[in-house]
Amino acid sequence: MQVPSTHTPTVNYRNDFPVFRQKENKDLAFLDSASSTQKPDFVLDNMQKFYQSSYANVHRGVYGLSAKATDAFELARQKIQHFMGASTKDEIILTSGSTEAINLVAHSFGNQAVNQGDEIILSQFEHHSNIVPWQLLGQRRKAVIKVVNPQPDASFNLESFRQIISKRTKIIAITHVSNSVGSILPVRDICTLAHEVGAAVVIDGCQAAPHIPVNVQEIGCDFYVLTGHKLYGPTGIGALFGRKSLLESMPPFLGGGHMIRSVSFEETTFAEPPARFEAGTSNIVGAVGLGFAIDYLNRIGFNTIQHHEEKLLNYLLQRLSDIKGLRILGNMEKRGPVVSIIMDSAHPHDIATILDQHGVAVRAGHHCAQPTMKWFDVVGTTRISLGLYNSMKDIDQLIDGLMHVKKVFG
Amino acid sequence: MSDSLHELYQEIILDHNRHPRNFNKITPCNHQAYGHNPLCGDQVTVYLFLNPNNMIENIGFNGKGCAISIASASLMTEKLKGKSVPEARQLFEHFHNLVTGKTNKTDLTEEELDYLQPLTVLSGVSEFPMRVKCATMAWHTLVAAIDSPALPTIKNQIP
Repeated sequence: MQVPSTHTPTVNYRNDFPVFRQKENKDLAFLDSASSTQKPDFVLDNMQKFYQSSYANVHRGVYGLSAKATDAFELARQKIQHFMGASTKDEIILTSGSTEAINLVAHSFGNQAVNQGDEIILSQFEHHSNIVPWQLLGQRRKAVIKVVNPQPDASFNLESFRQIISKRTKIIAITHVSNSVGSILPVRDICTLAHEVGAAVVIDGCQAAPHIPVNVQEIGCDFYVLTGHKLYGPTGIGALFGRKSLLESMPPFLGGGHMIRSVSFEETTFAEPPARFEAGTSNIVGAVGLGFAIDYLNRIGFNTIQHHEEKLLNYLLQRLSDIKGLRILGNMEKRGPVVSIIMDSAHPHDIATILDQHGVAVRAGHHCAQPTMKWFDVVGTTRISLGLYNSMKDIDQLIDGLMHVKKVFG
Repeated sequence: MSDSLHELYQEIILDHNRHPRNFNKITPCNHQAYGHNPLCGDQVTVYLFLNPNNMIENIGFNGKGCAISIASASLMTEKLKGKSVPEARQLFEHFHNLVTGKTNKTDLTEEELDYLQPLTVLSGVSEFPMRVKCATMAWHTLVAAIDSPALPTIKNQIP
């Protein structure tokens, strides 16, 4: 049943993650990385080291410690820049996460780019965080939201976008990889198409960045967001890539310290990007931690990561397809390492409870993607998502748990 | 199977899940409410016919949900048919204590067990804190239905 290994030998990354060294988690099959990943020693140790030896507020102090902290913070920005393939680090804005990043674009860019009767295009498979900010923008600007549907196999083709896009389209906001069923969108072609009508493309890369190399210049997008906590980094930190020419023309999102050039009660002038969009004290240690998470991933390399996860994904799909009465949502040829399943006899919550008893952590519910659930005509699913630390053994453990579900529910 | 899992998915619960009782919109119906758990998307509607003596003359429900929520709703309707509204509220309080672990099933007297049966089959939920909401959703919806303004029954009687 095992899928034969091709070239790269299997490496056990599990040992890099202290959570699995805890006695109670020794046999934990953590299959919920799409929700949030565990953190490696490398990230945790370096964050603590930074707190202990180099911490002060950034961009403020003249003293040595503040300079050291500022260097580390700006180095993190640079690491993110290279990770995303941006041409300059001024195109990288540090946010509290992808939600703030998308809201920033919806306000600072959207408010001026979108007018009454204009269109914002979304895909059917967006996370709520890439739907609601655009709906709010639509309400503010009296614009129309249009939705592109997937193919019957749950993949997306360019033609469906071509049919919906028009001269009134100002923004296309799409996920790179669907968080609930793993569909990969043809982001590069969509960008080319959008630019033909002068629309900007915002890509939610939260589920792509941990698994595939991202290069915003190759993709040709205008904005790209990612979050740290799904990338083996800390919570509360995310990054927004914005094309320099666009960022420069955008007004601030939040007002406060650091984002100004000068302030008087009569008039305030604003700093250049990225500072213009980073009001207040940033999540300094979060940013540094995200930088180390990127170092960790780069040390392994995306070739290895992709090979490891593809092998696991193929094995997972193969084992799941052997279970009668179990349906995998979407049968597209290519997908990210995220698989949603439905069992005829059991509800996702009951499945997740039984799997938990087998030491298997999965997500049950609608995965903050209710329109996706509606498209598949289900209330929720059981979602299995893979990460670096997973192994064939985790999948075997999952299958044992699913067989147990079948025993209880028939 | 672990003991706690065995306790959670007893045959009677699985049976009520497979064949929920009173799984329909009743006619006539003079109170109804819709309950929804935004975390999992589960939904239930509870239909009541309260008579002038404030007694639950008829009760039904429908909706989508996990085995625990469907079984709990089904058991609730069986238990409450013919009970007064104050009795129903009191039973919910006892049931709530049981599934949240405030009351331990083993501490109940035979009289109390008798009073609560068959709801006690859901006491295993107390071992699964994440599932308490599944067991109580129908009951919360019941209370909302009782507290909702009465529907005009004449209209309800016309199919």
